[in-house]
Amino acid sequence: MNAILETEVTGCHPASAPDYTPTEQLRELQLRRLQAVVARAWQQVELFRARMEERGLAPQDIHSPEEIAKLPFTEKGDLRDTYPFGLFASPMKDVVRLHVSSGTTGKPIVVAYTKEDLDVWTSVMVRCFAGCGLHQGDIVQNAYGYGLFTGGLGAHYGAEALGATVVPTSGGNADRQIMLMKDFGVTAICCTPTYFLHLIDRAAELGVDMKELPLRAGIFGAEPWTESMRRHIENSSRVEAFDIYGLSEIIGPGVACECRRHQGLHIFEDRFFPEIVDPISGAPLPDGTEGELVLTTLSKQAMPMIRYRTRDITMLLPGRCECGRTLRRMGRIGRRSDDMLIIRGVNVFPSQVESALLEIEGTLPHYQIILTREQGLDQMEVQIEVTPHMFNDKIGALQGLHQRLQGALDHVLGIRVRVALVEAHTIERSQGKAKRVIDRRTS
Amino acid sequence: MKIQQISLFAENKPGHIAAPVRLLAREGIDIRSMYLADTQQYGILRMIVSDWQKAARVLEAQEFVVKVTEVLAVEVPDRPGGLADVLVALDGTGINIEYMYGFPYLCGGRAILIFRFADPDAAIAYLQKAGINVLASNELLKR
Repeated sequence: MNAILETEVTGCHPASAPDYTPTEQLRELQLRRLQAVVARAWQQVELFRARMEERGLAPQDIHSPEEIAKLPFTEKGDLRDTYPFGLFASPMKDVVRLHVSSGTTGKPIVVAYTKEDLDVWTSVMVRCFAGCGLHQGDIVQNAYGYGLFTGGLGAHYGAEALGATVVPTSGGNADRQIMLMKDFGVTAICCTPTYFLHLIDRAAELGVDMKELPLRAGIFGAEPWTESMRRHIENSSRVEAFDIYGLSEIIGPGVACECRRHQGLHIFEDRFFPEIVDPISGAPLPDGTEGELVLTTLSKQAMPMIRYRTRDITMLLPGRCECGRTLRRMGRIGRRSDDMLIIRGVNVFPSQVESALLEIEGTLPHYQIILTREQGLDQMEVQIEVTPHMFNDKIGALQGLHQRLQGALDHVLGIRVRVALVEAHTIERSQGKAKRVIDRRTS
Repeated sequence: MKIQQISLFAENKPGHIAAPVRLLAREGIDIRSMYLADTQQYGILRMIVSDWQKAARVLEAQEFVVKVTEVLAVEVPDRPGGLADVLVALDGTGINIEYMYGFPYLCGGRAILIFRFADPDAAIAYLQKAGINVLASNELLKR
């Protein structure tokens, strides 16, 4: 165990070599890959070709990485509009995996991977883990949800390829998570930061001292978190907390990750081309200026993304990291440019709630979403004002309505929510409009 | 024969029944009988009042969610088996009692029960056939 604890050298894994590519060489590589991915998107995907033609652009018009700014943006709505397979650049016979994530109107988005895409994904995850100081011999508990969500499988294959021992616990069942962590001598955990806070609390209740466990690294992502959460985690356990970033549309987790210097997240620039743009005008912004992160996949086969608007607000940090990586870093994601809520790592939009209510009621009652955090887990309550149309003098009828609303919301959102029927006009309105979301989650 | 009942939606929280009740008092509306059906989260306040039209109007004006439903007021002797006689009269008729509750006082040794039936007209016919007194609104409010 000591050998593992002593590890300070970062990037010792061969897969980390690209992290140290000299800048000039990296820019050349980016340009070559950018030209190739643009050509592929233009040839294979009608939407990309049509948008480029609208601007009089051809793939050969990109002569430098900066000229990427000529290209049109891609947005989440484009994935929704072309659901399910409209943005695929590979025939289905070459697609070996599909993942699904929620969209803005309850309709999901689909992302596809060829064998080569999965290899790239795994390689960037290996680089994340290696950057966090993990290696063969580590026992990694993967408490990200397995399934359609990219988090579980992405972390799983990355940790396996690293040579670590993977314990695929998936999410939930805190007591079992803690038991396995203790019994197996788990050295690293992957989960949402709020779930780890819950595990800390639960361990204390069970009389398990986190500080006595060999657990020394936590790779936390799938939701925004803060420095104060990092301090809390690091004071309550021996865990060194790492922020990892990714999104399904680009690849899943593994777009960027902190190294042991914890001064921003290194973006795997040889695979993903980052830009920061003004969220309103779309104009490119220089390093050190906050704006919306835009990503282009540089080697995606099945589903290339050209200038994808992530809606995440951050900045590219100027200067080189002390760790020696040449990869640029981005700041933590603190907020998003739209109203998406991240609840237990799942994307939720108020518009999804509206569509569920409309479906059940035919009209839209006043409602409010209240977010709280209980035992480290996000809780979402939807308060719905009872209208004369909904009201009935029979308890059974009201309970039936309650259940229908509950069922529709659970179904559309994909997470368990609490539904509360409240009296008319009890939801506070400002300037006649109800505030739709009250976020009482504190960091 | 049918009586208008006022129902109100109320959250199961302290003070939530007081507001509508105070409003009725201020308007000089008498609550003759009431029943609170509740769940953990919310309740339904059902009332028989001296002037249901006015009650509905003033409550709605204050943006309470109100429903007016037709119920029956059935007079039964205050003795063992009084209620049983009513239920026996409906036995085998397929008429379902949605809910029921009582008036808080007796009148000449007789109790008054409020019934909500899915089909009040059919219920009236069966009850009257069994010789059970179903009170009209004016009779009820006189007592």
